[in-house]
Amino acid sequence: MKSIQVYDPPMCCSTGICGTDIDPDLVNFAAMLSQLSQHQVKIERFNLGQQPMAFAENPAVKASLEKDGTEALPLIFWDGELHLQGRYPTKAERPAWFIAALGEEGAAV
Amino acid sequence: MNLPLYQPSAATSTRFLFFTGKGGVGKTSLSCATALLLAEAGKRVLLVSTDPASNLDEVLDTRLTNHPTPIPGVPRLSALNINPVDAAAAYRERLIGPMRGLLPAAALRSMEEQLSGSCTVEIAAFDEFSAFIGNPDAAREYDHVIFDTAPTGHTLRLMSLAKAWDQFLDSSTSGTSCLGPLAGLEKQREIYAATVSTLADASATTLVLVSRPQHAALREAERTSNELRAIGVGNQCLVINGSFATACAADVTAQALQQRGIAALTASAAFIASMPSFIVPLRPINILGVGGLRVLLSGDASAPAAASSTVVAPESDWTPPPMQSLADLVTDIEQQGHGVIMTMGKGGVGKTTVAAAIAVMLAQRGHAVHLSTTDPAAHVAQTLAGQVPGLTLSKIDPAAETAAYTQEVLAAQGAHMDEAGRSLLEEDLLSPCTEEIAVFRAFAREVGQGTRRFVVLDTAPTGHTLLLLDASEAYQRELERQARSTQPEEVLRLLEHLRDPAFTRILLVTLPEATPVHEAAALQADLRRARIEPFAWVINQSLLHSGSCDPLLQRREQAEHRYLTEVVAQQAHRTVWLPWQPEEPVGPVALARLAASNLTPSSKPILSRV
Repeated sequence: MKSIQVYDPPMCCSTGICGTDIDPDLVNFAAMLSQLSQHQVKIERFNLGQQPMAFAENPAVKASLEKDGTEALPLIFWDGELHLQGRYPTKAERPAWFIAALGEEGAAV
Repeated sequence: MNLPLYQPSAATSTRFLFFTGKGGVGKTSLSCATALLLAEAGKRVLLVSTDPASNLDEVLDTRLTNHPTPIPGVPRLSALNINPVDAAAAYRERLIGPMRGLLPAAALRSMEEQLSGSCTVEIAAFDEFSAFIGNPDAAREYDHVIFDTAPTGHTLRLMSLAKAWDQFLDSSTSGTSCLGPLAGLEKQREIYAATVSTLADASATTLVLVSRPQHAALREAERTSNELRAIGVGNQCLVINGSFATACAADVTAQALQQRGIAALTASAAFIASMPSFIVPLRPINILGVGGLRVLLSGDASAPAAASSTVVAPESDWTPPPMQSLADLVTDIEQQGHGVIMTMGKGGVGKTTVAAAIAVMLAQRGHAVHLSTTDPAAHVAQTLAGQVPGLTLSKIDPAAETAAYTQEVLAAQGAHMDEAGRSLLEEDLLSPCTEEIAVFRAFAREVGQGTRRFVVLDTAPTGHTLLLLDASEAYQRELERQARSTQPEEVLRLLEHLRDPAFTRILLVTLPEATPVHEAAALQADLRRARIEPFAWVINQSLLHSGSCDPLLQRREQAEHRYLTEVVAQQAHRTVWLPWQPEEPVGPVALARLAASNLTPSSKPILSRV
């Protein structure tokens, strides 16, 4: 089973609409995770504002924060390997994520 | 209209009592007096204030905290203040404190900024509030829990949140809903559900609508009654505080006051008859301390106050301190040609009237003026029933602002999204936080208008105003951090504008009485901490030189002296004086006349016409 871990910057909600600015990539990413979670992909999402302990307990995350500050966030891991840093996947990148997570057939669903 | 005196009885009172009403109607005094009466009747009573600008300490003459504190001299009575700003700070510390030393400073600062928003404040306050109602163990040792709630707009949000969130939790599908600031909210679910059902249970909860014998206050009580009934709070009663009858037939002031009260009650007769309604007579003194509270609900309509039983010697030689008219102030303000004028102060002191009078006068002098209100219980349209060339009006209606903001976000962002993203966004936009943001943006937008003309803002009651300004500060920090912000320029410049004395002029409005003056002074201190300096104070509804022969009004007039002196000598850069008006100033003519009122000690009584 594949897994995705996301370490988000502190925010009020999963789509960031409670912030002062809305990042459409974040909203679409949140929706994508929601879809993937229904297809045998294990999703773990941590928000610095709500689950800070998860950030302190992950040595890679903690090291990134110490090096780059919160600019490093979000940190997105695939099966424990750092995959994307400082931004959410773009519209152009999202199809590849579906394929990687579900395979060619699964992604077509 | 013959209404019985309000005399709460230990035999018939429900376990939970909520006092609500327009700011300044006497919610705090009445809830305290009720608590005192029930305690003296042998009940164990807890009094809780959820008003961010609570003056429970002053009324009870006891230093309160957010834990029950026994009130000296009153067995069985305890009281506490829930200050939502403090509650949010405590909540923030609970989350951040354990992380010190574990996470780098930048991460902690970032957490703190995120948790400084108005969402966090609102949620933390609601959380504390519902703990007393939804949790059967929390207030087990008390027979009655009495809430001296925040001014109405805030109360409505606080109380309707209980229902909104319960529904929100039911319908939320994404798992990570926008209830983020209260991590672990799911665990609170039962408490919130119990809160909602307790509020709707007539055998457990009474809503006491507090009003004055005035049109605006009665309309507000009726609106609140309907809104809360709609969300299930059906066991309601009405208390009309400050009812006045005079024996002085020849006294124009006293007669006008009495007539105005009768007219207001007659206009609201159907509403008053729709539920159990009571009166509390006008008292000659400020209701402070346990002695004053006993007087408030004493059966005798003309009971002398213990605190003022020593007759004050007539101070015929007393000279009022120097104060100017509102017209003089407008002359100072208009030099600039544009900018923002904000009236602030305790609810019920006349912020709307003062704002409307300034707007009318500026427009009549040929300026382009926009008058707007952020008060959730807005009645500015009624106060300015006439039309003035050059004057435009608007109000910030939270529901309309939220709908417009939701549409704007969906139109701007929805286009870039797939179906799943769009539906998730729509769901998050249903959260209570969205309204805070929408209202805040509307406020910033109105302030931003002041670069081209005059904008007069009648801001919300003190507590809500503080939350707005706090949000403004938190936003500023967050915006500075975000390079890619797409916020409108007026949002970015809000705090800068509020701090610029040449751009924003803040007028602190007060009545010449203890509590409003002390709350305005506390607000001034808060503003100064935020590096915002008030321009002037406005003392409204003064009975000075009214020439009344009614003994009760004479005593109230004399009681004003020390507060007029205190404001001019200790608080204000400049002070405006406005006389009590025999008729509520409605429409451009009455407002212009009010603004022109001068403090002229030698002239005849100002209230020459009824």
